[in-house]
Amino acid sequence: MKKTIETDLLVVGGGAAGLCAAAEAAGAGAKVTVIESDLHPGGQLVKQTHKFFGSKDEYAGTRGYKIADILLDEIASLGDKVEIRTNTTVTGYYPEEGIFTAMKGEEEYYRIKAKKTVVATGAQERLIPFPNNDLPGVYGAGAVQTLMNVYGVVPGKKVVMVGAGNIGLIVSYQLRQAGVEIAAIVEAMPKIGGYWVHAAKIRRLGIPILLRHTIVEAVGDKVIEGAVIQELDDKFQLIGEPTKIDCDVICMAVGLTPTTELFWQAGAKMQYCPQLCGHVPFRDNTMRTSNPDIWVAGDASGIEEASAAMVEGRIAGFSAAKALGCKVKEGSFKEYWTRLDHLRAGEVGEKIRGGICQVLVDGWEA
Amino acid sequence: MELIQKHPILEFHHGKEVTFTFDGKDMKGFEGEPIAMALHANDVRIYRVTPEMKRPRGFFCAIGKCSSCFMVVDGVPNVRTCVTPLTAGMKVETQHGKGQVPLEAK
Amino acid sequence: MGCTCNSNDKEKLFCSGVLVENRPGAILPPQEAWEKKKGGYVVIECPQRIPCNPCATSCPTGAVKPFVDINDVPAIDYEKCTGCGLCVAKCPGLACFVVDLTYSADEAVIKLPYELEPKPAKGQKVKCLNRVGEEVSEGEVYAVTEPLKDQTTVVSVVIPKKLVGEIRAIKVVC
Repeated sequence: MKKTIETDLLVVGGGAAGLCAAAEAAGAGAKVTVIESDLHPGGQLVKQTHKFFGSKDEYAGTRGYKIADILLDEIASLGDKVEIRTNTTVTGYYPEEGIFTAMKGEEEYYRIKAKKTVVATGAQERLIPFPNNDLPGVYGAGAVQTLMNVYGVVPGKKVVMVGAGNIGLIVSYQLRQAGVEIAAIVEAMPKIGGYWVHAAKIRRLGIPILLRHTIVEAVGDKVIEGAVIQELDDKFQLIGEPTKIDCDVICMAVGLTPTTELFWQAGAKMQYCPQLCGHVPFRDNTMRTSNPDIWVAGDASGIEEASAAMVEGRIAGFSAAKALGCKVKEGSFKEYWTRLDHLRAGEVGEKIRGGICQVLVDGWEA
Repeated sequence: MELIQKHPILEFHHGKEVTFTFDGKDMKGFEGEPIAMALHANDVRIYRVTPEMKRPRGFFCAIGKCSSCFMVVDGVPNVRTCVTPLTAGMKVETQHGKGQVPLEAK
Repeated sequence: MGCTCNSNDKEKLFCSGVLVENRPGAILPPQEAWEKKKGGYVVIECPQRIPCNPCATSCPTGAVKPFVDINDVPAIDYEKCTGCGLCVAKCPGLACFVVDLTYSADEAVIKLPYELEPKPAKGQKVKCLNRVGEEVSEGEVYAVTEPLKDQTTVVSVVIPKKLVGEIRAIKVVC
């Protein structure tokens, strides 16, 4: 039994970028439908117990999960302009008909006819190859956060964290807050990838960060029982002797990759961009893809931070609403780009800027 | 595995506690929370066994994107247990291989 | 981060998040004034340029100077610092401390951020940890506050004055 949903603006993904796009477009008068595959909106924000960085505009100093509440409050204040459907997954895009399909649970199937769409599908965890990396107990860092911060379940007793980027460092701290022991953080590079202050606050709790180390094997019969680590030289070749660390969780924080299936199905122009961590759609400065009805925002456009995702969501929501003929506050566009440029201006934004310029077009014909 | 008792930042508000079965065994979980979370809280980490090499699998991404956590739920295979809400009396089973789709509607 | 990271031990430590020497964004207050300042001065350890400025925007007196660029490292105007500790509670990186050298002849008080369980209580003895988590002394909890009512507690601990450059965390044992 097919049901059809008709709406002005479809937002695929109710995370940081999606909620901001919805709020922005609804604020300009658009009728918005947000489709979210998880059981609650908020995306990765809901799991973040730490205080965010950035500036006041991006809620610096506020804990991530509270930011999700702030965005949902903003949406609620817009009356019934925004409908959020949770536990519903967009399953495909059909270019011949220009429709999206979605499923709720295993039985309910929908066709969605939207005038314009913002795809804010976020990202997913990557994995690095090592023997037994498929055993239960090898979890993505986001998964560990879901267990402990959303559902209050203890992830394990002793964790080896692979990766010392921001996610690896932050999740290690959160594990400690949940009362879980971190045996070690291993990082293949000669220095941490994340912010120095994130590392400092866990080093002073006695959590070891082993630079120039990688995991060579996971050990266990049916579930994880240990991790074997080894040192690397400056050409990333293994040196020294492997060491086994007992643990019951190996947490993978080795990077994210954008979730972009819908753009491929829509025939959007794509490119592999290492700085943005995978295949991403080309976009103009309104965040519109080569498909005139589809915009992109958040990690789906390139792996970055929540603060950037929120501003990109505003830009996409603004632009999609404008394309719908809604009355937008013209000055907002420039204001949002100024904020985004500031966030990306420093040394830590260099990689992102290098990536974005490869996939940013001046404009689309037609 | 167990539930976190006291957290320095968060307060957990679980829903109604309900009973479900895992491979025929009675277990307790919270209604409306993902099946995978209830299993993990009950110390169950193996959710399925792969078709070719019979390897045990648990969850990986926990946001419904990777397919590691598929189980047979109320007779239906390939259910993403990390984003499917638990209901009272649910029958959850370890999925062996690709599973079989029930050919008749209930 | 400005480190070359060859086998130099100091650089190795810094590259894994351990401060080994003063640098912009991570300096100690001027010694003479510090020894006389009742209430203490702020000590911030944030040597990396990242887009973040709540320390400056939360400072009620402007002692943490307003940032020109959001990526600046914090700079302090000690004449304006009252040792209130709001930045200690506000900093997302838990990188701000207040150290008061006037407590007694050989003891000081450090205010540090704490977000773990169990929470310490006034009068309790706690273990004091250095920047790599080693227990270097015991300390007595002088006060526990939650200035922003956001689950970041600011714990004031009485510590040996000679260790003010080392102690940056506590371990609460029940």
